[in-house]
Amino acid sequence: MFGPLIVKPEKSKGDKTGAWRTQLRPVFLKKNCIACRMCVQVCPEGCVQGEEKNTFSCDYNYCKGCGFCALICPKQDIVMVEEESGEEKK
Amino acid sequence: MKEFLEGSRTVAETVKRCKPGVISAYPITPQTHIVEELAQMVANGELGSSFVNVESEHSAASVVLGGAAAGVRSYTATSSQGLLLMGEVIFNIAGLRLPLVLTCANRSVSAPINIWNDQQDSISLRDAGWIQLYAESLQEIVDFHLMAYRLSEDKSVMLPVMVCMDGFILTHGMETVDMPEQDQVDKFLPPYKPLYKLDPAEPLTMGLLADPDYYMETRFAIQETLKEVIRIIPKVSEEFKSVFGRDYKDCLIEEYFTKDASKVIVAMGSVCGTIKEVVDQMRQKGKKVGLLKIISFRPFPYIQVYQALKNVAQVAVLDKAVSLGAISPLAVEIKATFCGKKKAPKVISSFVAGLGGRDITSDSVKEIFRKLTQQECAQEFIDLKPELLTEEYEG
Amino acid sequence: MKDRVLFRPGHTACAGCGQSLAARLVLEAAGPNTIVTNNTGCLEVFSTKYPESAWGVPWIHSLFENAAAVASGIESALVYLGKKEGINVIAQAGDGGTADIGLQALSGMWERGHDILYCCYDNEAYMNTGIQRSGLTPFNSATTTSPAGTQSFGNIRPKKPMPEIALAHGIPYVATASAGFGQDLQRKVKKAFSIKGPKYLQIHVPCPLGWRHEPNLTLQVAKCAVETGLYPLIEFEGGVLVSRRQITPKPVEEYLKMQGRFKHLLNAPEEIKKIQEIADNNIKKYGLKVENTTTTEKS
Repeated sequence: MFGPLIVKPEKSKGDKTGAWRTQLRPVFLKKNCIACRMCVQVCPEGCVQGEEKNTFSCDYNYCKGCGFCALICPKQDIVMVEEESGEEKK
Repeated sequence: MKEFLEGSRTVAETVKRCKPGVISAYPITPQTHIVEELAQMVANGELGSSFVNVESEHSAASVVLGGAAAGVRSYTATSSQGLLLMGEVIFNIAGLRLPLVLTCANRSVSAPINIWNDQQDSISLRDAGWIQLYAESLQEIVDFHLMAYRLSEDKSVMLPVMVCMDGFILTHGMETVDMPEQDQVDKFLPPYKPLYKLDPAEPLTMGLLADPDYYMETRFAIQETLKEVIRIIPKVSEEFKSVFGRDYKDCLIEEYFTKDASKVIVAMGSVCGTIKEVVDQMRQKGKKVGLLKIISFRPFPYIQVYQALKNVAQVAVLDKAVSLGAISPLAVEIKATFCGKKKAPKVISSFVAGLGGRDITSDSVKEIFRKLTQQECAQEFIDLKPELLTEEYEG
Repeated sequence: MKDRVLFRPGHTACAGCGQSLAARLVLEAAGPNTIVTNNTGCLEVFSTKYPESAWGVPWIHSLFENAAAVASGIESALVYLGKKEGINVIAQAGDGGTADIGLQALSGMWERGHDILYCCYDNEAYMNTGIQRSGLTPFNSATTTSPAGTQSFGNIRPKKPMPEIALAHGIPYVATASAGFGQDLQRKVKKAFSIKGPKYLQIHVPCPLGWRHEPNLTLQVAKCAVETGLYPLIEFEGGVLVSRRQITPKPVEEYLKMQGRFKHLLNAPEEIKKIQEIADNNIKKYGLKVENTTTTEKS
């Protein structure tokens, strides 16, 4: 007999950590993006994706709203807005 | 083929025939010869294992844990302090459901430090979820190691096995042993096919955090598996007999003249050889005595013990270990066997002997039979030296 | 295998966790042909809570101190099977699991020369159990077991010099990295795996909870540690320094005031001086200061 023991990665979907966001969420303006991919690289969740310029966005199911992407974007093309109201916050 | 060998050598030769891929151990008396022999075999190209010289027993157990997790048959050996130092890894290996064979050269536990034989070390880890087999002779040592791998790697078991041999008495003793041929071993023990392993082609996560919603079932699963092992060991023993010719019956217990005995000693390990001799002598004088040898201490064969002893009037349990502050470990199991049962021995007396390597002689065994009377003995230490004891500390 | 996500989102690290970022970067640099052993700690706990797992590579957690030993066993098994070539083995742990409880197994692994990369995620305390002091907690830092108080400025000992201990073992590759310099970190991981033998990579990873700073400032804090000289980014091959990140040193106070774990020092200039000395010693020792006349070596 076996109990809970081993997990196969494909069977695991992860927690919907996007629910943790109570304050801020990133908004990808997709105006001045140069596809430098810094936002992809610095996301601790690894939930930012994109290919061409102005195609980058995050998976809000997992985004915790930490704000790394907004701070790192060299073109300020990502802004943090209030989760509830959508107002931009510096 | 029959050979006259030192106990440690028989272990090494048997393990060699099992072809483990990873061997790792840390030296501790009286296990050292086992590992030295294996090292020499690797150095001579007789054994292709990765031999890992580690910096402690905790790491030795961890290395073989890694080997088993990577899907390779692995082996380690230790004693006493080493086994206790491995303590948390021992629980870990069983919890991770990894197959492994570990030889425990039974030795007493510090403090005070003592390198001679008793069974305190392996007994102290009886809760860990390992299968524990205790050998009486070198032939049993050889045979139990073979059965251990077979058992451990069984897809419905996947639990580690500790083969226990009394330190010095068996490790350094020499006997004639029928060493198995490689083709016999290959027939009995096929190459290890892991049920799960760490492989980039098929990633798995092992060793997760299980919170209260998940933990208990893992323990229940091991408990149920060990109950199943009571049924599996006799089958493995039967297979063993068909390949090697030696019959261990259910390989859980051995009944030596218990059928009509009025007095029986229950014991484990090499002392059973001495007890058998005394039983023979006493039987010649018409005394109806017998020995019940426990082979599988974990899982404990309650039903088999019950059947063997239910009609015996007086039972003496000989423990080579203590559970300080309570009833001795083997005595507890025997008493538990008969708890609430209508048919039971009138007397189950507990005796402790042989701690720290103090010799258990034929006279000691006769003493136990003599002390086994209608008056139940809660616990008595045999061959104790009262002159060494003082009520108060004398500086 | 190529498209496999190696460290999935949905793990329960704190928002802004430096370690989760570093772990993902390490794994992406290592690639899918990797096996990981992990000590008990934040990373293990937040990434593998049954039945979820963030790991897209084979991964095992055993105990707190034996990732290096378990990895040694896995590596030995692969060698036995003739399959070691092309498979990267990583043993990883936090600073406590590396420099304290895990040091024995790590030293053994290094001494035996296994082909394993050991990654230490240095968030400078036992964070998973609630911010207790470890051997890598910096001087004068406040933790729950080395708190600041009327009689104390926090931790009274300097960081255990793990890179130097690694070098003393004579292993072929030793480097430090930082969550604030992700590309450098990945370059070092790839470099490490191009070298056979034991490797040590110590990665500075800010912990917003334990260091007491806003979650979005993690990368800035990490960068500042490097820019003050408190956390030199250095790289050794065969015991020889082959690269260092040169800096225009910032005063340590800039770094200290970003974090609540140092705020008790802001009124204790003498104590800040002591920390400045540590930074200055690092700068001198590794030649970190950008010289005005020579070209800079930036990794």
